Amino acid sequence: MSEILDLTAAAAAERVRAGELDPAELFDAYRERAAAEELNAFTWVADGPPANGDYKSAPLGGVPLAVKDLFCTEGVPSQAGSKILEGYRPPYTATVVRKLAEAGAPLLGKTNQDEFAMGSSNENSGFGPVLNPWDRTRVPGGSSGGSAAAVTAGLAPWAIGTDTGGSIRQPAALCGLVGLKPTYGACSRYGMIAFASSLDQAGPLTRNVTDAALLFSHMVGRDHCDSTSLAFPGELAPPKAQDLNGIRLGVPEELTGEGGGIEPGVRENFEATLKVAERLGASIEPCQLPHAPHALSAYYLIAPAEASANLARFDGVRYGLRVDGDKDLLTMYTHTRAAGFGPEVKRRIMLGTYALSSGYYDAYYGTAQKVRTKISDDFRAAFERFDFVVTPTSPWTAFELGAKTDDPLAMYLNDFCTVPMSLAGIPAISIPSGLSDALPVGFQLAGPAFSEQRLLDAAYALEQAIGFDGSSARR
Amino acid sequence: MARLARLELSDDEVQRMASELSHVLDHIEKIGELDLEGVPPTSHVVDVTNVLRQDVPVPSFPREVILAAAPEPLEGGFGVPSPGASPE
Repeated sequence: MSEILDLTAAAAAERVRAGELDPAELFDAYRERAAAEELNAFTWVADGPPANGDYKSAPLGGVPLAVKDLFCTEGVPSQAGSKILEGYRPPYTATVVRKLAEAGAPLLGKTNQDEFAMGSSNENSGFGPVLNPWDRTRVPGGSSGGSAAAVTAGLAPWAIGTDTGGSIRQPAALCGLVGLKPTYGACSRYGMIAFASSLDQAGPLTRNVTDAALLFSHMVGRDHCDSTSLAFPGELAPPKAQDLNGIRLGVPEELTGEGGGIEPGVRENFEATLKVAERLGASIEPCQLPHAPHALSAYYLIAPAEASANLARFDGVRYGLRVDGDKDLLTMYTHTRAAGFGPEVKRRIMLGTYALSSGYYDAYYGTAQKVRTKISDDFRAAFERFDFVVTPTSPWTAFELGAKTDDPLAMYLNDFCTVPMSLAGIPAISIPSGLSDALPVGFQLAGPAFSEQRLLDAAYALEQAIGFDGSSARR
Repeated sequence: MARLARLELSDDEVQRMASELSHVLDHIEKIGELDLEGVPPTSHVVDVTNVLRQDVPVPSFPREVILAAAPEPLEGGFGVPSPGASPE
């Protein structure tokens, strides 16, 4: 058992393909752990492996996959962490989940998350918070907190999540995992329960960069069911880079200076990681992203605005909860939504409705979209001089449950370093770069649109040199 | 605003949210200080235009499959309370 648990997902897939590991045994080993877990990471766990599992020739070798609750999975509860969708079993499966299953990664379970992906701590789930495997008094990050906790604790070999403003990268950082937010359009969003449609992207959460690259390579591609998806340019190969010779890293002063509120331990680790990059041959220089400090403001107008529109569909008519169906229609709508949505979702719907309301649209949503243009321009200018922009992923390590729930703005500041890339639609990866007071710290690299292969290569070289060991969280 | 968002909020929720949201808006409104004269708003972050598909009809989900998730399937459609019933 512990031997199986110690295998990375890519290594387990290789064993299955070589006939050295029975995929049913592999599935059951994880299924048993997932079913017995005490972190509240899963909202649903499969009974057993799928019947038609011939994985010897499948690229993903039957290595079971944990899937964030907001991905629709046919006949399996898909609730997006919300009471308004409790028990909802969709009639179809999200494209990326289907593609991964076809490539040989069968569904192990659905993972807990912040309600409709709104949150940075997983405390906004309608089904209770998730605990961080490194320290169960602390949050795993969010919104893909269940996926992150599951992989960290060895309840799943790998997982997928979604990232709107940092929801893959930040939990990866707080749990000591690799998390990739791909270029906007790289992966189909068909079947993802939408939060903010101009930002949402699916991506992998894995133990290491090689697993992330393998999973990601089977997620990408154009899907006629999602007209924002694109054919991924070029091939994706397993990362191999051993050094960073010739790589130019830009450290944005606006995100790494005083304004970001970076904890001393995180800063120390970030600077140590830059030294490692330098030893590997990278050149490191400060760079400017003048509008990045305004990214959070633009994000907290654009994302709630889009959410208020996307969440209009939850009205007690077609699926999910209905309250007071014996009253008039408007009362049924308002009572259903009042009972089904949690406080953070209500807050963002109100904020979004306000930002889009007549008379305020130009001042809020319109202005935010202009700021977004400037942020994209800033990155474009930076990538003329640098290969990647690097920052700490989160200004803090995992915080205690309840520490930030009373102050929404403090919670939002968690996304300070991750939101700018989301607004620009560019890819970014978080890798574990060490511990600060026995808690993981994440290092973020961001590159131009569709630079995932180069990003994964650079992340791999750094990972090898850093030598982070997350095995103690798997016991 | 709550009515526009189709949300019923308790007095307590209204009070709490008003103070939280004004705090958040104070922070957000700093973007009003930027000079954005002549800057085009972003409509799509990746360079794609006019994505069209072949105009080929394909079958949609059978009605009973979709209605299986509905709170009140009614005569092959979604049952809803009467909009005309008098509100409380």
